[in-house]
Amino acid sequence: MDFVADFAGILLGGLAAGTVLFIVSVGLSVTMGLMGFVNLAHGAFAMFGGYVIVLSMNRAHFGFTSALALGFVATVALSVVLERTLYRRLYRAGELDQVLFTIGLIFIFIAATILVVGPESQTLKLPPALGGQLNLGFVQYRTYSIFLIGIGFLIAFGIWLAFERTRIGAQIRATVDNRRMAESLGINVDRLFTITFAFGSGMAALGGGLGAEFLGLDPQYALKYLVYFLIAVSVGGLGSVLGVYYASLLLGVLDFVLKLYLPQGGTIFIYALTILLLLWRPRGLFGRKET
Amino acid sequence: MNAAAPVAAPAQITSRVDHPAARALTGRHRVRWWEALPWLAAVALYLAFPDYLGFGTELLIVILFALSLDLALGYAGIITLGHAAFFGGGAYTVGMLAFYGVWTEPITGLVLAAATAAVIGLLSGLVLLRTSGLTLLMLTICTMALMEQADNMARTYTGGFDGLPDLPIAPVFGLFEFNPLYANTQFLYALGVLFLCFAFVRTLIYSPFGQSLTGIRENLLRMHAVGSPVRRRLVICYTISAALAGVAGGLSAQTNAFVNLSALDLDRAATVLIVLILGGHGRLYGAFIGAVVYLTLEHFLAQIYPTAWQLGLGILLVLIALFARNGILGLGETLWRRYDARRAAS
Amino acid sequence: MTETRLETRALSRHFGALTAVQAIDFKLATGARHALIGPNGAGKTTFVNLLTGVLRPTHGHVLLGGCDITDKAQAERVKLGIARTFQINRLFRGLSALENVCIAVAERVGAASSMIYPAGWRTDVIDEAMQILETLKLTDAARRRVSELAYGRQRLIELAIAIGLKPEVLLLDEPAAGVPSAESHIILDALERLPEHIAVLIIEHDMDVVFRFAKRVSVMVGGALFAEGTPREIEANPKVREVYLGQSSQRSGHG
Repeated sequence: MDFVADFAGILLGGLAAGTVLFIVSVGLSVTMGLMGFVNLAHGAFAMFGGYVIVLSMNRAHFGFTSALALGFVATVALSVVLERTLYRRLYRAGELDQVLFTIGLIFIFIAATILVVGPESQTLKLPPALGGQLNLGFVQYRTYSIFLIGIGFLIAFGIWLAFERTRIGAQIRATVDNRRMAESLGINVDRLFTITFAFGSGMAALGGGLGAEFLGLDPQYALKYLVYFLIAVSVGGLGSVLGVYYASLLLGVLDFVLKLYLPQGGTIFIYALTILLLLWRPRGLFGRKET
Repeated sequence: MNAAAPVAAPAQITSRVDHPAARALTGRHRVRWWEALPWLAAVALYLAFPDYLGFGTELLIVILFALSLDLALGYAGIITLGHAAFFGGGAYTVGMLAFYGVWTEPITGLVLAAATAAVIGLLSGLVLLRTSGLTLLMLTICTMALMEQADNMARTYTGGFDGLPDLPIAPVFGLFEFNPLYANTQFLYALGVLFLCFAFVRTLIYSPFGQSLTGIRENLLRMHAVGSPVRRRLVICYTISAALAGVAGGLSAQTNAFVNLSALDLDRAATVLIVLILGGHGRLYGAFIGAVVYLTLEHFLAQIYPTAWQLGLGILLVLIALFARNGILGLGETLWRRYDARRAAS
Repeated sequence: MTETRLETRALSRHFGALTAVQAIDFKLATGARHALIGPNGAGKTTFVNLLTGVLRPTHGHVLLGGCDITDKAQAERVKLGIARTFQINRLFRGLSALENVCIAVAERVGAASSMIYPAGWRTDVIDEAMQILETLKLTDAARRRVSELAYGRQRLIELAIAIGLKPEVLLLDEPAAGVPSAESHIILDALERLPEHIAVLIIEHDMDVVFRFAKRVSVMVGGALFAEGTPREIEANPKVREVYLGQSSQRSGHG
């Protein structure tokens, strides 16, 4: 009985962390698959959104859902502005320029956060309904974590459904698959980029805010988890919602378990596994097959 | 060669190689007068600013590290954020051998550091260089992170985050001791090592092998189509680059008598990338200029206004990516070309 | 009786459900001047990619001088004597014209792997590269960066690189494509001056070039070889006229 509760506790903890990773990374996966743009600054948008959400709750006394909405909208707006003015110029540039540009953006975001808010980390105040513990029968676990896992599943399902059923989803899939063909079919690829980028950044914002407990929220956020976001995306397969979902959950559970049992250097297995996976499937588990 | 005009051939050969285009190629490797300047500047630094020799030593090490990255990135086009894996590999080789009293002689220590880093480079290169683009970038980051975690796991031997302090390094040539307070020996030692490594890199760049690396960088598909064994060249280049990064790491461990986890982290790898890009990649002296500019600015600004430094650096990177992708040397070249064109037109 | 230099047997390539090239039996003789024509999307470039090793076939074999090279990589095939030009230039744009050709020559003579002496000491390589540029009337462009040259001259450098490989089989993918008509005669002259023993296969749309240059013509439609014969025979073939020569190019020439 004890073992089951322990096991379930660990599993749920890992899944919750993985869900946060997913919510942040799903936008990155889609935009990288769609635009082929190496956006290392994606975490910075998550950080920005997270700060808006948390600060509006802590300092401006917004409610939980309104804070989430504000964070989403603010990050969407910011990303549209940056995409139209700066990112756009580098779509045709080489990978190196994209890496440099996005690293520069990360530094700007981090420094700006320190200057405007300060270097301390921020905590998310949970609404009372989501606090406390929930009894699942075989285990009692934190309500918030279970809430997150549920939300993550709904988001994954919702986005997947949108991809499969809506017109814009079909357009995105077509463009990911073959951009030139999509353009010749009359799809407005530029507009698609902006919309996808905006939505992806908005999702990242939600992830940053909702996950403030798991990943923390401090000015180094944009850099701290960069490698994990990239792992989730590249192992899952660029442009695949299912791929990044599974990869994120797997990564979350592995990281949770390893940090628990092998706190010093245990994450070596995550990197080793990533290397092996990427060598076996360079396009990711669910990525497009090599022709 | 055509059998068409055998008698005329010798005269034609002379005239062909005399053509300005040919002469540009045959003479490209010749040492120009201004190439002595960096070394004269270093000697001047030694004589004129004895208080800054610690900074100077660090500068020389960063130049060497950036130079090693330039081989892989600037000449072969391998985009990596994991080069600290080799720096750290070399640093820890020297560090652990010295700390446990196994080997303290500095020059051979560097050779061992280079060898270890080369092995890591060869093994990882054979495996990683099958991929490209984002996958390759990810794999380089993961390899480096893997080494960092391995170091952490073995912290009873490696010292973990705190590292190995007070490394006993034997005097250079048995005569010149490393004095932690006065960095004279460290500086001249690092200068000597940098000079030798630079001479090697310079020879490599101007060799036919170096030219083929440029071809690989300029048009990979074309290189395949001229029968070039591309992957083999890339692996060799990556291995040599790793070895040199290992020497830089070893130098760092020796001159600081200290090595810790920061030798292997993403911060170090990102910094050397920034240094190289700032100076201008794919250009022999980009590493020099980038290191001087970056470290000087960092030395003066980062300590006083660390957040403003980070902000400024970020803005600089964005501007470079948008407008000056070839760094300072690239800007210089563009200006020179414009000046040259205007002069030719008038 | 000229021997077959390059041959394919039942060569096919599928992309999922799409058949790009189907069951092609093709022979290219030593010293051939052979043109491959066909509508856009007929599979001509795919066919050349199969010959050079850029693509692996789904079925069938490629033979060079009687040896099966189907499993050999692109670079290996180049060493065995197959060279190609690309429809869209693949040049080393930041380098000079001379350097572009030098890289190819250095690769061929085995100089390219040397690390310890300067490339400038290989005057044999530089000399041969200059000679190639001379035959293509590119001497004055030798020092200039390829990216600064007119498109027609860039096309010539594409050809120069292939010549620098001293191939036995030369596959040219629309060498005159995109070249302004004022300059295209240079390319045609260059093609005519190619060494006689080289087997040349040229993909072309421009029927002027085909008639002037080719001794044999193959027509590819929908991934299959539709017809083969001398230029006159092909021109006179009513089925070919219908499928291909019909509305598009006449002898006055744009493909």
